[in-house]
Parts: sequence; structure tokens; C-alpha cells
Amino acid sequence: MSLPNPAELISQMAIRLKAHLEHRGIREPRFIGIRTGGVWVAQALLEALGSDAPLGTLDVSFYRDDFSQNGLHPQVRPSALPFEIEGQHLVLIDDVLMSGRTIRAAMNELFDYGRPASITLVCLLDLDAGELPISPDVVGATLSLAAHQRVKLSGPTPLELELQDLAP
Amino acid sequence: MTPLDAKRPLQLNAQGQLQHFLSLDGLPRELLTEILDTADSFLEVGGRAVKKVPLLRGKTICNVFFENSTRTRTTFELAAQRLSADVITLNVSTSSASKGETLLDTLRNLEAMAADMFVVRHGDSGAAHFIAEHVCPQVAIINGGDGRHAHPTQGMLDMLTIRRHKGSFENLSVAIVGDILHSRVARSNMLALKALGCPDIRVIAPKTLLPIGIEQYGVKVYTDMTAGLKDVDVVIMLRLQRERMAGGLLPSEGEFYRLFGLTTTRLAGAKPDAIVMHPGPINRGVEIESAVADGNQSVILNQVTYGIAVRMAVLSMAMSGQTAQRQFEQENAQ
Repeated sequence: MSLPNPAELISQMAIRLKAHLEHRGIREPRFIGIRTGGVWVAQALLEALGSDAPLGTLDVSFYRDDFSQNGLHPQVRPSALPFEIEGQHLVLIDDVLMSGRTIRAAMNELFDYGRPASITLVCLLDLDAGELPISPDVVGATLSLAAHQRVKLSGPTPLELELQDLAP
Repeated sequence: MTPLDAKRPLQLNAQGQLQHFLSLDGLPRELLTEILDTADSFLEVGGRAVKKVPLLRGKTICNVFFENSTRTRTTFELAAQRLSADVITLNVSTSSASKGETLLDTLRNLEAMAADMFVVRHGDSGAAHFIAEHVCPQVAIINGGDGRHAHPTQGMLDMLTIRRHKGSFENLSVAIVGDILHSRVARSNMLALKALGCPDIRVIAPKTLLPIGIEQYGVKVYTDMTAGLKDVDVVIMLRLQRERMAGGLLPSEGEFYRLFGLTTTRLAGAKPDAIVMHPGPINRGVEIESAVADGNQSVILNQVTYGIAVRMAVLSMAMSGQTAQRQFEQENAQ
């Protein structure tokens, strides 16, 4: 299976995100990338939008729902949100949407900073494997993978997608 | 239960992750750095409107203090609460009965409460290790200070303080001053500094307050404050532990202060940007001058804040290591 080129996806996503925000009447969105791939996608997206808005970064390790199975992620880093969350329109950006559990954890974390006016979800890829009622507002591409396949984003420049095979 | 690998330290699981936190002895630099990195992230959580994360929701942490403590007990409680764990604290007197009996009896009761983790402070060296080894193999044991042996979370919070104010350990001169003999903090700090690559570790104390064999820690020993403090980046003061002093180790407190008290004049011999640390409680006019304790080089109160973050890191990492070990044992049993 051939994977799409992230650079092309991002320029399309920028156009769609702009339209989405205009449609919603959102003038000053706050951009937040989820570590690590989501931050790379967010940086590329801001560049495509020609925006110099500050970028927040979120590490959801402390909010994951699989702590009792998988434990703590060993490379946890501080979240850094250089703006208020309370009453703001947020654009939450991740690289690959799979089960939706990372997004749930991210939203739980964001609500500990304040009550946002809205959250728009942007993902580079949707793997069509949702386990929760979470779907992106803007997506680069939707892929269906076999159960043993995963896709990995490397970056930050250039952004590249790679197909991985899990041991059977 | 799988028998313990004889070569594997008790506090590490089969994957080399923390499953108890008993001492810094033998822990690799990578693991200490991981604790500091995780603590940095928890420090950020402490600055939020909601200072709580859901990581240990549904877990029960039992603080068992056989010895008095204010800072350590309250910061462990806060750390557990900020991780969303349920926490209870028991202050157990050691004055009655024989200590061995009290310890075992108390712990049997606590085991019956299905606690997931014990934070133990005890006046006897090796108490936490004894509990981890014999009493509750499924429960994570965190050493909150045992006798003169170790106070590993204090050691790590001191390391976090140094790293946050000095950036790294590679080019630092660190002096530990005062009652080294009775200090578990000094032992933990010497081990941690060594493991993290600090090239110049000094201890400054009167001969009567130095343990035999101090050289084995790879430190330089000074009995003169002026020489010992010269050009250091970090000064760690220790409390004079009068309650642990049986014989005539010191002529008087006044004499100690005259020779080993950290005064503004003495501190001037250190680097101009040197930081002053103290594990607390401080004895003003016994080991440290008030002007120094409250001065702009003092980071004593920052240490308390960092202590919560370090304890959150250790609690979550040990719980994580216990989980991984249970899974590993299950998979191996199949």
C-alpha cells in the first residue's frame, strides 16, 4: 500500500481548516499539538496557514487510560500552553487518529487548565479504527489498515509516513 | 510468584524499572535522569489551575511514619493526592514494644487494607528494605527515610533543585556541610551526585561527625569551612541532629556554629552565584545564619516545591514498575 505525502496533505488541510474556522466564525483560534507527531503536524500546518500564532504542546502521558496495563510512558515531557484555555477556541492537532483514546486523554488534560469555548480536532491521518465517539473535524486522509499494520510519522522536517508491520 | 533473581536489586523489576524505591545505591544514571525528567513534568502540573492528574486513580497509598516528620509526610500526602490516589497516613509510635514486633504487626494490618503502596519512615536503618523483602512482595515500598541509612526522595529532590538551578552536574563543585555522621540525606546525596557525574563532591564536618569509611563515596573531606567552601557552586547544609547524638560528639552548639555555621562571610568564599540548600527543618544560628537562610542565594523553599514533584514521579514510576512486573510474571506463568 502506498502512503500519502504529508506535505500535500497539510496544504489541503490548511485550506479545509481555514474554511472550517470561517464557517464557525472563529477568528482567533489557539493551536495545540499533541506530542510528538502532533506537534510536528501543527508546526507544518501553521506554516501552511502563514500564521505566527504561538503553538501549545501537550503531553498526555499523565492522562492515559492504559496506565494500569502499560504503566507510565518513560519519556514524558512537560506540557506547555503559552495562552489561556478558559473561553478560548482551541484547535487540537494530532498525527494519527486510531482508537481515539489519546484525544480523550488530551481533552481531559485541557479541561484541567480551564473551560474552552470549543475544540476543533485536526488529524493528518484517520485510521478508521475508532473505539470512542471521536472523529476529526479536519483530516488529511483516511486509511484502512490490516490489524497487524501501523503507520508511523517521522519528522519534524521532512515529515514522512512509514508503514510498520507488528510481529504476528 | 517467581523467585527473585539473585543478581537483580530488590527495587528493580525484571525490566530494570523501579518497583520499590529504597535507596539510590546501585541505581543507574539513566534511571535517576528519568526520575528527574518525570519530576520536571509534574512540576508543570503543580503550576496549573487544577494541580491533579488521574494517573493513580483507584490506588491506595499508605504513609506509615514510625518517626516524626512534617515536610516529608505532608509532601508525600500531597504527591499522592495530586496523582488522584487515596491516601491514609499513620503515625506509629516506636516508644513502646520492641520495634520488630511493632513493625510486623502494623504492616499485617495494613496489608489487610489492600494498600497498593507503602511510604515508610522508620528510625532503624534498613526498615524499608526489610518490608519490601519479607512482608509485602506485591506492594510497592517507598523509603521515606530509614535511620542513618537513606532518604532517597530527599536525595532526588536535591538533585532536581541542583539541575533546575545549575543546568547539569558535569562541571559542578558541591559541598555537603555539617552532621554527616547522622545524615541519611548526606548518604543519598553523595550517591546521587556520584551517579549523575558530579566531578567534585566535598564534605565539610568536624572529625567527630564524619562516619568511618566516608572516602568510599568518592568525596573529598574537609574539616575547615573556608577551604571546603572555596569556589563551590552548591552548598548543602545539614541539620545538626541533636536527638541522635548520644555521647560528647560536640563541645557545644555555639562552638559548632563558630566553626561550621554557614554565615554570609563564609558563603562569600563560594562562587558568587552559588545556591544554598537545606533539607529542613533549619536550626537558625546553629548550622545556618538567618541572613543566609532567607537570602537570595537560598533555594530552601524551592526544595519543598520540587519535593512534591519528585515524590509524584517516584510514586507513579514505582506503581508503573509493579504493574509491569505483575504482567511479566503472568506471561511467564502461562
